[in-house]
Amino acid sequence: MYIFNCEQHLAKGGIKIKTINTSVITENVARMCQEANFNLGEDVMEAFKKGYEQEVSATGKDIMQILIKNAEIAREEQVPMCQDCGYAVIFLELGQDVRIEGGDLYEAITEGVRRGYTDGYLRKSIVSHPLERKNTGDNTPPVIHTKIVPGENLKITLAPKGGGSENMSQIKMMKPADGVEGVKDFVIEVAKNAGPNPCPPVILGVGIGGTMEKAALLAKEALLREIGSENEDPEMAKLEEELLEKVNNLGIGPQGLGGRTFALAVHIKTYAAHIASLPVAVNINCHAARHKEVVL
Amino acid sequence: MTQIRLTTPLTDADVEKLRIGQQVLISGLIYTGRDAAHKRMVDLIKAGKVNELPFDPKGQIIYYVGPSPTKPGRVVGSCGPTTSYRMDPYAPELYKLGLKASIGKGKRSPEVIEAMKKYKGVYFAAIGGAAALIAKSIKSAKVIAYPDLGAEAVHEFVVEDFPVVVVNDTLGGDLYQEGIKIYAVK
Repeated sequence: MYIFNCEQHLAKGGIKIKTINTSVITENVARMCQEANFNLGEDVMEAFKKGYEQEVSATGKDIMQILIKNAEIAREEQVPMCQDCGYAVIFLELGQDVRIEGGDLYEAITEGVRRGYTDGYLRKSIVSHPLERKNTGDNTPPVIHTKIVPGENLKITLAPKGGGSENMSQIKMMKPADGVEGVKDFVIEVAKNAGPNPCPPVILGVGIGGTMEKAALLAKEALLREIGSENEDPEMAKLEEELLEKVNNLGIGPQGLGGRTFALAVHIKTYAAHIASLPVAVNINCHAARHKEVVL
Repeated sequence: MTQIRLTTPLTDADVEKLRIGQQVLISGLIYTGRDAAHKRMVDLIKAGKVNELPFDPKGQIIYYVGPSPTKPGRVVGSCGPTTSYRMDPYAPELYKLGLKASIGKGKRSPEVIEAMKKYKGVYFAAIGGAAALIAKSIKSAKVIAYPDLGAEAVHEFVVEDFPVVVVNDTLGGDLYQEGIKIYAVK
């Protein structure tokens, strides 16, 4: 994580306001696009090694070693670990005491994506209209989720998301009576249906609660959590463990060629739900679980 | 595990001896294509314009990939397989014209598996996401058709010991199903 000093001054009324110029935002987004695609996180590398130790299939073990080697080549040669350099998904946590100067914040982020993907020789995978399907040529626009938070920092998290694993993700509006057993069945069904397609070993982000779009967002946010970290909710931590065992026991294995490492982790995020609803979303991330963050 | 070496173009005999789970190292020319290129090729076939195809599919291998851009001084960008089911609506037409193999990742439809049995073809999986490593086995690359499609253009690759696994053979076997049978915990 990088911390950048930005100009701070006292606004009228004595409130501390930080001013951040859009050019700083653009530069950081551009840098993170490349870093995320070239340098796989240490938590994922550790999970590969653990997966290698635990995997019972010989082919599965070979695959884990290949993935370690692939990530090493990408880092050493500064080339993308996967040719699908992803949809640029951005999470902003904008402090309410931050002032953005120099132009449109979202345009500054978009420009960062444009530069990062162009200068980094990253693949441009975005079409401007889902039905007309003409490539925009610079991997823009990004998908931006913004949260306003207390404080005077701007945190930018970039999570490039591949299409293959996104395509295998699902959401279901369940009945409250379906309960935790229903949630388990659904997660297992999603894993079974995905099989080899999302490039296992995967990470499963599970969003439970909220409204339809909130559940989907929770599932994606859950993918950002460090692999190996514990869920703050002890019940959900137990559920994560149980689900991990169950999806791995399906026998799908690395790349779906048979084995016990379909998933490296299951991460759950919950939110309050309507008395009538139990929304559940499962967002699948391939093993190229890329994300970088910066605090400005 | 013993590895089988194959050099393109392939004959019926080359692919008929392959069985699911075998590791194969491919050398020679292979062609690339994904969604948009497949649509164009199959539109040509349906219009009776087979001679206008970017390459004659007979005996050839098609690799489902859209490489990342080539950095200066390199042969090709990162180059792992894309998910194959999106090419399922088009694949039987190509196997019918003598295509001997496709390379991708993920499950194929019953129609494609049937076409492979009927026309003597196989389906190989490359390691999805091992794109920086796979690029090492590509010795030269050039776009031979549809440059307007960018990453989706049809490329001709010269490969050396390109590593794949047999997922579907000419007998209708399916490694994805057999693998699960072995490792599923009942």
